[in-house]
Amino acid sequence: MNNIRVAFGGVHAVDDVSVNLFPGEVVALVGGNGAGKTTLIKTLSGAHKADSGQIRIDGQDVTIDNPRDAKAMGIETIYQTLALAENIDAPGNMFLGRELKTRWGTLDDSAMESETRKVMARLNPKFTNLKVPVKSLSGGQRQSVAIAKAVYYNARIIIMDEPTAALGPAETTQVGELIKQLKSEGIGIFLISHDIHDVFDLADRISVVLQGKLVGTVNKDDVTMDDVLGMIIVGKLPSDVTQTERDHLHG
Amino acid sequence: MIGALIVMWIGFNIMSGGTFLTARNLWNLTVQTSVVAIMATGMVLIIVTRNIDLSVGSALAAIGMAMALLQTEILPDIFGIGHPAIWIISLAAGIAMGAVIGGLQGAIVAYVGVPSFIVTLGGLLVWRGVAWWMASGRTIAPMDKTFQIFGGGARGTIGGTWTWIIGIAACIGIIVLLVSRRRQRIKFGFTPRPMWAEIGIGAVASAVVLGAVAVINSYPMPELLARKYAEENGIAWPEGGLTIAQGLAAPVLVAIVVALIMQFVATRTRYGRYVYAIGGNPEAAELAGVKTRWTIVKTFMLMGVLVAIAAAVLIARLNAATSGMGQLSELYVIAAAVIGGTSLAGGVGTVPGAVLGALVMQSLISGMVLMGVDAPLQDIVVGIVLIAAVALDSFYQRKAV
Repeated sequence: MNNIRVAFGGVHAVDDVSVNLFPGEVVALVGGNGAGKTTLIKTLSGAHKADSGQIRIDGQDVTIDNPRDAKAMGIETIYQTLALAENIDAPGNMFLGRELKTRWGTLDDSAMESETRKVMARLNPKFTNLKVPVKSLSGGQRQSVAIAKAVYYNARIIIMDEPTAALGPAETTQVGELIKQLKSEGIGIFLISHDIHDVFDLADRISVVLQGKLVGTVNKDDVTMDDVLGMIIVGKLPSDVTQTERDHLHG
Repeated sequence: MIGALIVMWIGFNIMSGGTFLTARNLWNLTVQTSVVAIMATGMVLIIVTRNIDLSVGSALAAIGMAMALLQTEILPDIFGIGHPAIWIISLAAGIAMGAVIGGLQGAIVAYVGVPSFIVTLGGLLVWRGVAWWMASGRTIAPMDKTFQIFGGGARGTIGGTWTWIIGIAACIGIIVLLVSRRRQRIKFGFTPRPMWAEIGIGAVASAVVLGAVAVINSYPMPELLARKYAEENGIAWPEGGLTIAQGLAAPVLVAIVVALIMQFVATRTRYGRYVYAIGGNPEAAELAGVKTRWTIVKTFMLMGVLVAIAAAVLIARLNAATSGMGQLSELYVIAAAVIGGTSLAGGVGTVPGAVLGALVMQSLISGMVLMGVDAPLQDIVVGIVLIAAVALDSFYQRKAV
């Protein structure tokens, strides 16, 4: 993604940000609330249109006008809000917008249920009551549905917006395992997270945004958590942070 | 819901001195329910998408008036009175007009972003005005002879034999459906329901269908009509009179077919799935790639088509069209959907529920009429029942959570 700009009214939510992602790599996007992480990522998932800038996949310019375009290019998104229809069951949500049909053209609920079972056997084997509306599921189960929705379709890029925000420790570990597995399958992952520990556990590179601008992208192995916190708060690369600012950060 | 209906029926039967649960009253009940039931099947989907349509009563009058004018004043001059093209063209024109009215309102809701409450409140005034304007407030009558069949009435019933045939066909349909569901589940390796449960469900459903047929068929034609029928068919009039079963009335048949189609649309098609997804979480539906705006427009168009079908039944039954017809029916239709378990918050509601809701409401009105309750008191009771139904619903919802 090059020089992406998104403005709402006069406010530049995302201002001239460029990031890249390679197959089998996890890039974390970090920054404070309202820094523009989610808006940036929504231009990739088709939920927002960028006002300027290009998105290239395999070096090819692509246009993403809506979520359908993004999915057609193998970009799947797990939203922070999970984006599930609460009144519909897990298979219905998993196949929403891409329902399986019988040869009569009607919904093939049995086939969808069967496919969902297969995916769940891998993601969350304890989750078997698939036929109840999503609203009566636990947080972890709902998360599994949202994740299943993304991983089922042979995605090349998966965007995860706060995938562990609503989860307990055991489920968080499970999501971590899943991310490693997806990575090994050669899928590129954008990870948005508030949790700096998660980020250091899972990401290969870290991009920091502040007030809509990219502060910088660093390799996880080259920096410390303090360095990244400094980037988030001060908005400068570790090498540019002055001693006074450093002291200030440490109180 | 079914329990409430049974309790109500038995209660009314006792209070009205045994006149409620007679074949005659139940037969009339089915006919009276059909117009509201037809529209309620569409209102469910409208409400499920978190919208509302207040214009159905007025649109009913406008479409009904247009169909009436076509078949009484315009088409006979072209084809001659009684030509079969007349009823076909007027019905098709009415349905097209319904789709256009619905599409227009739906487009303003979905693409311009005006809340459906406002758009259809405007529609309520506009279409009522249009209905008056088309005939300067005159009453248009009589309808085309063939068209009148939609209203039931003397020639608008299918007779006892056909009613039995339809009843038996329905039973076969139920069994086929159960068997194919079971096969499907076994094919995908899910545990099917136990055999006794399957057989039990099939038996109960078939018994209900055949019981309904038996009740309907035990209401014979009134003597005057029976005499006419005997004359037309060259049957000698016996001493003790003649008992001819009328069978299902056309409006009921139309309502059943509409309800079956709508149930299929709501549960077995992609469009239906999207309607519920939009109601559950519009943003999620949009992010999943559903064309949410177009789905809303389609829902309003479908509602318009159902209004047109209801209008056809109503003008055929009245054998006349007036600019005042259908007044307040938007409220009855919404009430039927809500009593039938549709949540105004969106996402929840079923087509069979709405049909049952319409039946509950009509039973209430019909029961009070039999008991000689004054009209103003009837309105009061219907109003209270509506509030109570929603209160009960939200009570259960809170308990469920």
